[in-house]
Amino acid sequence: MKGLRDWFANPWGQPRALGAITWLYMVWSIVPVGIAILFSFNDGRSRSVWQGFSTRWWWGDPNNSVLHDPSLRSAIEQSLRLAGLDMLIAVPLGVGLAIGLTRWRGYGARPVNYLMLFPLVTPEIVMAISLLLVFVLLYGIALGTEAQTLGQVTFSISYVVIIVRGRLLSIGPEYEEAARDLGASQLGALRLVLLPLLYPAIFAGFIVVFALSIDDFVVTQYMSSGQSTQTVPILIYGAARGATTPALNAVATVMVVATLLSVGLAYFVYRWSARAQPATSGNALNEIAALEM
Amino acid sequence: MTRRWFWPSFALPGVAWLVLLFLVPTYAVVAVAFGTVDPIFSQPVPVWNPLHWQFAGMRSVLAGLEPGHAFWTVFVRTFAYVALSLLGCLLIGYPVAYYLARHARRTKGLLLVLLVIPFWVSYLMRMLAWIGLLLPDGLVNKTLMDVGILSRPYGWLDGQASSVVLALIYGYVPYLILPLYATLDRIDRSVLEAGRDLGASPIRTFLHVTLPLSRHGILAASVLIALPMFGDYYTNDLISNSPRTSMIGNQINLFFQEGTQRTVGASLVIVLSVFLALLMSYYLWVTVRASAETKESLL
Repeated sequence: MKGLRDWFANPWGQPRALGAITWLYMVWSIVPVGIAILFSFNDGRSRSVWQGFSTRWWWGDPNNSVLHDPSLRSAIEQSLRLAGLDMLIAVPLGVGLAIGLTRWRGYGARPVNYLMLFPLVTPEIVMAISLLLVFVLLYGIALGTEAQTLGQVTFSISYVVIIVRGRLLSIGPEYEEAARDLGASQLGALRLVLLPLLYPAIFAGFIVVFALSIDDFVVTQYMSSGQSTQTVPILIYGAARGATTPALNAVATVMVVATLLSVGLAYFVYRWSARAQPATSGNALNEIAALEM
Repeated sequence: MTRRWFWPSFALPGVAWLVLLFLVPTYAVVAVAFGTVDPIFSQPVPVWNPLHWQFAGMRSVLAGLEPGHAFWTVFVRTFAYVALSLLGCLLIGYPVAYYLARHARRTKGLLLVLLVIPFWVSYLMRMLAWIGLLLPDGLVNKTLMDVGILSRPYGWLDGQASSVVLALIYGYVPYLILPLYATLDRIDRSVLEAGRDLGASPIRTFLHVTLPLSRHGILAASVLIALPMFGDYYTNDLISNSPRTSMIGNQINLFFQEGTQRTVGASLVIVLSVFLALLMSYYLWVTVRASAETKESLL
C-alpha cells in the first residue's frame, strides 16, 4: 500500500510492471539466438535436443564440420567476398554523393535527394526483381558474383550517404572556408580539411555496409547462380527446415560474431573520434518527410 | 571561385549508379508487366514504349484481385497478418520504448545495447533460432508438455498462421522500438509535469499528453515496419512453408523463382508497389499537415 501511494505521489518513480515487460522483452529477443549458438556445440546431430558439449561441428568432424565441409566454407568465403566488394564500391560512391549533395546548391540536388532515399523504403523483393529483369533482359549481365555485388551496392549507397551527410551537416562549411581564405585550392581544402574530418563517418560507413552485405538475403539470393555463389543467409534459407546438422548453427554463429565484433569496434572508434557530435538518427521516412517541407 | 560543376561532379558517379541500377530497373518491371510473352520460349518480352503496352498480364492480375479469387485471398491474408503483427509489435514495443525513454536510469545504457543487438544479428539467423526451438522435439514443445499444457508435440512449423504472425512480430519489433523510443525520448518533461500539477492522474496524463504527443511517432514506426513486411516471403517460407499461409511476397517470389508467368508476377509487383506508395503518401501527408499545424500555432 505504501509502495502504491509513493508511486502515485511520484510519477517519475519506477513502475515495476513496465520494467518487467522491458526485461522480458530483452530476454525474449536475445535468448533464442543464444540457444541457437549453444546448439552449434551439440554433441549429437540434433539442433533441438541437447546431447552434450563438443566441438565436432566446428572442426572435429572430418566431413561435416565448418572447417572441413567445402560447401559451408565456400558460403562463408562468398559472404566475405561480397562484403569486401560492396564496401570497396559503395563507400566511395556514397561519400561522393553525400559531399556533392550537401555542398551543391543547384536545381538537380532535390530530385537526387529523393532518388537516394527511395532504395531505403522499397521492399527488397521489389528491388531484387527489378534488378533481375534488367540484368537478364536489358544489360545482359550474367547472374553470379558480379550481379550480387551490383545489387548489394545499390541498396548500400543510401546508408553511406545518410551517415556521411549527418556528419557533414554538423561540421558546416566554416573549416573549408577558412582553408580557402588561407590560400588552399578547392580540391586542397577538400582533401586536407574536409576529408580528415569525415574519417569517422567514412569508417562507420564501411562497417554498416559490411553488416548490410553479410546479412542480406533477398537481393543476394535473386542475383545468385547456384551453389558456388551461395552466401551464409542463402545457405540457412535452404537448409533450415531440412535435416541439417548443428554445423549450420556454427556457420550462422561465425557471421553473427563477425558482425557484432565489427560493429562493436566501429562503435568505439566512432565514439572516440567523433566525441560530442550528436548522433544523427537515420530514419528514411523522416528524411523524406523533412525534404517534403 | 567555386566552379559550377565542382560539387555536382562528386555526386555524379553515385547518381549514375542509382539511375542505371535503381531507376532503369524499376522501369524494366513496368515494361515487363505491360509487355508481351514470347510464344515459343514463354519468356517475357519487355515493351519499353508506353504507346505499345499490352494489358493482358495486368488484366489477369486485376481479375484475380476480385473478391473470392486467388490473389484476393492472398491479399486479404497478407493484410490480416501484417495488421496482427503490427498490433503485436505495438503492444510489446510501446511499453518497452516508454520504459526506456521515461524510467530506465542506471540500466539505460545496457538496455539500449541489448535493444540494438538484434539489428546486427542476421534476420535469417534469428529465424533459424526459432526453428530450432519450435521443432517437434524442441524446447517450446518440451516446456509446454512439462507444464502440462500440451499432451503431445504441436506442429508449430506445419503451416500455422499463428507461428507466422509470431515470427513476424519477433523479426520486426526491434525496428519499431528504436524510432518509437526516439519519439518518446524527445517529449518535453515539463508538459508532463504541467499535466500532473493541474491535477491529472498518471493515467490521465498518459492518455491526454504522452499518447497524443507520440501519435506521429507510432504512425512513422508502423509504416517503417509495414513496408518490408508486405514484401516479406522468407519468414513465411521458413516458419510455415505451406500455401495455406502464403502471403503476397510468396506469390511474387513463386512467379519469379520458378520462372513462369513473369509478366503476371511483374504486374503483381506493380500492384504491390502502388499500394505501398499510397501508404507512404498517407504518412507523408499526415507529417506535412502536422508540421504545418505546429508552424501555425507558433505564429
